[in-house]
Amino acid sequence: MDLSLYLPRLGDGLVLSLQLTAISVVLGYALGLVFALGVSSTNKLVRFPTLVVVEIGRGIPALVVLYIVYYGFPAIGILFENVLAAAIGLTFTAAAYSSEMIRAGLQSVPKGQLEAAAALGLHGRTAFGRVIFPQGIRSAIPGLMGLAIQSFQGTSLAYSISVNELMSQSYQVSTITFDYLAVYAITGLMYVAIAVPATWLSMGVEKRLARGYA
Amino acid sequence: MEGFIAVLAALPLTLIVTAGAFGIGMIGGIPLMLGLQSRIGLVRGATRLLVDIIRGIPTIVWLFLLYFGVSFGGMRLESLPAAVIGLGVISSAYLAEIYRGSFQIVPRGQSEAASALGLGNKVTFTWILAPQAFRTAMPSMATFLLALIKDSSIASTIGVAEMVFAATTFARQNPSTAGLVPFFLAAIVYVAISVPLAVVSRRLGTRMMVNA
Repeated sequence: MDLSLYLPRLGDGLVLSLQLTAISVVLGYALGLVFALGVSSTNKLVRFPTLVVVEIGRGIPALVVLYIVYYGFPAIGILFENVLAAAIGLTFTAAAYSSEMIRAGLQSVPKGQLEAAAALGLHGRTAFGRVIFPQGIRSAIPGLMGLAIQSFQGTSLAYSISVNELMSQSYQVSTITFDYLAVYAITGLMYVAIAVPATWLSMGVEKRLARGYA
Repeated sequence: MEGFIAVLAALPLTLIVTAGAFGIGMIGGIPLMLGLQSRIGLVRGATRLLVDIIRGIPTIVWLFLLYFGVSFGGMRLESLPAAVIGLGVISSAYLAEIYRGSFQIVPRGQSEAASALGLGNKVTFTWILAPQAFRTAMPSMATFLLALIKDSSIASTIGVAEMVFAATTFARQNPSTAGLVPFFLAAIVYVAISVPLAVVSRRLGTRMMVNA
């Protein structure tokens, strides 16, 4: 059996995996910022519920999140198509994990920065957007890049709700060819081909950012 | 209530998968860590590549590779050993990185002092460097263990009847009544085992800091 015949299928799967990664990282980090602000809010009515949501997102397996969205929500009358369910589940997981990184980053900004901004007459929104956020997000970047790589690998869980991403395609190909070892080895190396260079890139960025501080 | 019992009955298997994989990882991480720190460039480079490849492949792909792809003389691995070995291999790579990081923190003077006292390499490693490195590694190891408990749920995809598997089965058997409930029950149990572990590890971390 010539496996090269099936490579385009795996390629299609990889494209969908990358799209899911892009969606869950972009939307997830945006939502993560909202969660981070909610958790650092001085208003208890905002802080406590956000904290519960974040801890749930971090405390339960991503697989369970996907099952809840895909199999669970229809029971209460909300039905999602599987790609959308995967995007929602993965976004929520990315949001919960990223929010803690963003919060830690924002907290690492010295208090004097906010006081200085106030002394210069900058108002809340300007002070946050122009002074606190740029400095805070900078120290969160290495962690967020690592999380993006993990999110890419996490898209493989969408296999369990029959999304046609790389892992599903690979499973289908393996049941056609019966060449399980070769198909999964190729699939694994396709994930590696993205994840490992991305890890090197994030390590490079981390070094570069550290240089700026020295 | 029935659903809760079904999910809870599968908890031991979740714990077995997690403990087995963590055990393999704690031991398997040692040779990998030594390889990562080797003075021979070729060994160091090869181990680095190996660790990066292990970590670059998603857990589910590892499990499918071992479960469907590996056979010894026509005998395939059963799902439970495949899951434990797969997660164990991944744990070895992650723990090797954690070990490496904590060995780097042990001050150089420690190994110099040990050699000044005439202690051999093996003795220095086992009785001087390892205990100090272990202390700094503990919090990261606990964090990894918490992640591993959740990752053990992926074993359900190759048919290991752990909690998520039990929840899915229960939901399928009772499609009209179950709904979200079994998954939330599984979620609650995950949180219930993770939180005390997190508290203990945090306390352990601070206590070790005090002793240090």
